[in-house]
Amino acid sequence: MDNDRVDQIIDKYQGEASSLIQILLGIQTENHWLPKEALERVSEKLQVPLARIQHIATFYKAFSLVPKGRHEIHICVGTACHVRGATRVLDTVRDLTGIKPGETDLDLKFSLETVNCLGCCALGPVMEVDGKTHGKIAPGKTADVLKNFE
Amino acid sequence: MSDILVRIDGKEVEASQGMTVLEAAQSAGISIPTLCHHEKLEPFGGCRLCIVEVQVGDWMKRVVSCVYPVEKNLIVRTRSEMIDKIRKMILELQLAHAPDSPELLDLAQEYGADKDRFDKEASFCIHCGLCVRYCDEVKKKNAVGFVDRGIRKEISFIPEIAAKECWNCKECFPLCPTEALQAAFVLTKSLTSPPLSHEPSSEE
Ligand code: SF4
Ligand code: FES
Repeated sequence: MDNDRVDQIIDKYQGEASSLIQILLGIQTENHWLPKEALERVSEKLQVPLARIQHIATFYKAFSLVPKGRHEIHICVGTACHVRGATRVLDTVRDLTGIKPGETDLDLKFSLETVNCLGCCALGPVMEVDGKTHGKIAPGKTADVLKNFE
Repeated sequence: MSDILVRIDGKEVEASQGMTVLEAAQSAGISIPTLCHHEKLEPFGGCRLCIVEVQVGDWMKRVVSCVYPVEKNLIVRTRSEMIDKIRKMILELQLAHAPDSPELLDLAQEYGADKDRFDKEASFCIHCGLCVRYCDEVKKKNAVGFVDRGIRKEISFIPEIAAKECWNCKECFPLCPTEALQAAFVLTKSLTSPPLSHEPSSEE
């Protein structure tokens, strides 16, 4: 992500230091992770010390300081999903993608995370890809969902 | 602002509006143990060691004195069986992280804390925030900050800033109640020295 694009995102929030988290979210959403250069740019433009930005960027799970895949898979392993077989869904997705929760594949295609509740327990087990919810997903159906992603 | 009269450990103390209970106590020569407090820094309330009992009328509660403002007719007890017990527990938990900190060991002796009560988890830093806040509030360099959260929270130097500013300052070192700060700095130094080995002491 180049500085111009970072600047555009900053300008969208009038360069207000109080919008720091919104700006970081903006970069994260577009770029899937927060490169150091981008954080330095934000620090400089908003006049917020890099140490503070680093604290925030490492505090919230929504941010990543390492490259993430183009598509984010979240598999719910909360209680309701767990009893409905989330572990098997997770195992299948691990096999399909070759990555463990918290990892990203070499092609930067997928990142896999487990979450503890997506707020729709009645649909369990739930897999979310790029924010889209796939409810009552059977392990065997995950491949059908994932093959649609480039 | 008119003076506020409070009673700390049975002693009448005059305080002014906006003062904390800790400040009022200190002004009267009553000592309350602290770990994260520093007079030059904004109150932080991180270590909880300065906990005291305050009472207004019949209502008693326990508060951390370094952030609690004085109010009229406040009665403060800086020690009690319960307070000592709480402080003992806090110290035991912190000693699991920094078992060799002289400051903690002294306090442990006073409160009968057993440094081996909990399994050691030697992260050394007890998150008092003194180094981070001093670098921010007093030196305005922000060379060191916290990263992550909860049990994974730790201090981290920004190498580029540290390489430029820290060599000549190091004022945060004596503030640290443990050895963590120095260790982190030595680490940063070793990481930054190859490309930045020309110690830029003359640049500043
Ligand atoms: S390194 Fe030392 S001064 Fe800094 S937060 Fe940790 S214990 Fe406090
Ligand atoms: S001195 Fe009050 S919480 Fe640390």
